[in-house]
Amino acid sequence: MKSYHLDHLDYLETEAIHIMREVASEFERPAILFSGGKDSICLLRLAEKAFRPSDIPMPFLNVATGHEFPELLEFRDRRAKELGAKLIVRTVDEALEKGLAVQAPGQISRNQLQIPVLLAAIEEFRFDACIGGARRDEEKARAKERFFSFRDSFGQWDPKNQRPEIWNLYNGRLNPGENMRVFPLSNWTEMDVWEYIKREKLEVPSIYFSHPRKCVRRHGQWQPYTELLPPKATEEVRDLIVRVRTIGDIISTGCVESPATTVDDIIAEIAAARVTERGSRADDKVSEAAMEDRKKAGYF
Amino acid sequence: MTAINHPVDLLRFNTCGSVDDGKSTLIGRLLYDSKSLMEDQIEALERSADITGGGQINLANLTDGLRAEREQGITIDVAYRYFATPRRKFIIADTPGHVQYTRNMVTGASTANLSIILIDARQGVIEQSRRHAIIASLLRIPHLVVAINKMDLVDWSRERFLEIKDQFEEFLPRLDIKDVKFIPVSALNGDNIVTASPHTPWYPGPTLLGHLETVHIASDWNLTNFRFPVQWVNRPNNPTDHSLHDFRGLSGQISGGVVKVGQKIMVLPSGFTSTVKQIWTLDGPLEEAFSPQSLTLVLEHDLDISRGDVIVDAADLPGASNELQAKICWMAPRPLTAGRQFLLKHTTQTVKASVTAIEDRINISTFDKETDVAELAMNDLGEVRIKTAKPLVYDGYGTNRLTGSFILIEPGTNATVGAGMLLPPTEAASPEYKDFAI
Repeated sequence: MKSYHLDHLDYLETEAIHIMREVASEFERPAILFSGGKDSICLLRLAEKAFRPSDIPMPFLNVATGHEFPELLEFRDRRAKELGAKLIVRTVDEALEKGLAVQAPGQISRNQLQIPVLLAAIEEFRFDACIGGARRDEEKARAKERFFSFRDSFGQWDPKNQRPEIWNLYNGRLNPGENMRVFPLSNWTEMDVWEYIKREKLEVPSIYFSHPRKCVRRHGQWQPYTELLPPKATEEVRDLIVRVRTIGDIISTGCVESPATTVDDIIAEIAAARVTERGSRADDKVSEAAMEDRKKAGYF
Repeated sequence: MTAINHPVDLLRFNTCGSVDDGKSTLIGRLLYDSKSLMEDQIEALERSADITGGGQINLANLTDGLRAEREQGITIDVAYRYFATPRRKFIIADTPGHVQYTRNMVTGASTANLSIILIDARQGVIEQSRRHAIIASLLRIPHLVVAINKMDLVDWSRERFLEIKDQFEEFLPRLDIKDVKFIPVSALNGDNIVTASPHTPWYPGPTLLGHLETVHIASDWNLTNFRFPVQWVNRPNNPTDHSLHDFRGLSGQISGGVVKVGQKIMVLPSGFTSTVKQIWTLDGPLEEAFSPQSLTLVLEHDLDISRGDVIVDAADLPGASNELQAKICWMAPRPLTAGRQFLLKHTTQTVKASVTAIEDRINISTFDKETDVAELAMNDLGEVRIKTAKPLVYDGYGTNRLTGSFILIEPGTNATVGAGMLLPPTEAASPEYKDFAI
């Protein structure tokens, strides 16, 4: 007798494809948030699986801080082109110029500043749904996130007033001005993402693999050397062989010393890892509720 | 986290319990003892132990993620957790136990293979335990674990364990649950969670994790009756590949059964028949496919098919009707009364619907049916009659969780206000166009 049984990656894949098709069917102007990072790379493959042989019926949107790794931007543009998709980029720099975003005194990280830029882009293109690559295993506040995450007309998330999600029935109905964030990878872990990248033979930006880089010791971790935030005299600078585990902007992303040069190496490294992925992101360490606060304000 | 080099399957389970049953502590313990926690998570735990816990690590802090919860010391929403052992991957839906949040329990349980009910050994079976067992039964969760917790506080008494087991088994015959396992545990101290307890020589069974790793997941998916709700019509615009000029695919997720190339199918509600010409996927065509795979079907004939239509095995028809009977869990503050109108989402279609009658309400303490009820309040479970603007093509929920379930959406607020489970159809679908044959 044949076994009609899905393994865990097949299960996660079919769940995500189902969600992407629901978005394409129930929303008028959806977009896929594509940063070039590993999670959104998986999203694009899932979009291909959901919609081919047709074109992917929604544009890609990237909210860039202006502090990205150059390798990431090159990859982002190339991948969008390969897939024949329309890529829309809106940047924090533009928003600062137009006064849409205002930098707090002494604020260097532009993570917070992505919020008004994203909300402005949603308004500009009248997007009613944005598909993002966030996963529940990343962080505690995300653990309570729905697949279809409802946002009010200010883009805010209200964790106490979420729509129940039952079976595979997603309620995508909106009133004017409201919109939806949709997270098809909700049930994926960091390990699942890399196993999927391996299985699907997906290309990822080179900075995920080990490479030589000048690093600065800050907040107990190695961060990339950048002119945006020159090291203080007291901060140690060293040339190291590193890779990044998660990509934020260049001044808040930690580098881990690693010899991993292949996806298999990375999988082995994660299996043995003793800190979480977000443990290398300075933006989440601000307070225990850092992510919760940003999400309530409209962060993805 | 553990490296996994062979395909493993996925077990989804949810935990239920009252506020002080130690549910979050149990999950914390599972993660901690199975070495699924990372150093920074353990550090964060220890940090909060120094500040608020008088030095004692509070495992509940791992799951009580939102600030409001930490302040109130209760879990207010469904939280999902992930861990893996070399044998299986697990998704936990941690659902709250207090009365006003039953809707979250239904949410967490709707996709579960297994449900863990926690009972405080000092209190025994209380109304909450019964409510959760009833919900697990209504939702047809195949496996149930009754974890009798805080056994250390009753001196690991075998008699107390058996007494609670008897209390629980008393109302089991009235439920639709086939597989129940009772395990004596102390989540706080880790007894019988991951490692066997030295305090329970009288208990011969597996630890909780041992059971989760080995319980046979008799397929949660219906593999008998082929059902394919059309989700999205796949028709390339101006394809560069000429062979795709006439491509007309029907994309969706198989919600029941198996489909093969060459199989004779019927499209409902129209009743058009055709055969499966190709099962298209990005990874290449398949000879056959099964639930819950997502794919694109190409049929022999170019039929008028759109989202919401259902493709089924021509020799095995589901029910179809615009008058339905269903069990419903009401989830909104404003009570459900007969005559109210809603939008009903079932598989891939949303139709106007009106609740024409409330037949009964289930008394969750006694499991008795109370008839002559005027309304269903938030967190009530009961049976209703519904009339829809278009007939639904459906199966009974007991036969198929996907083609037998629906949600009710309140017009205006767009809130999801009810979760419905359809009773078995009384008549099989009959084609709208009886004379039509290809």
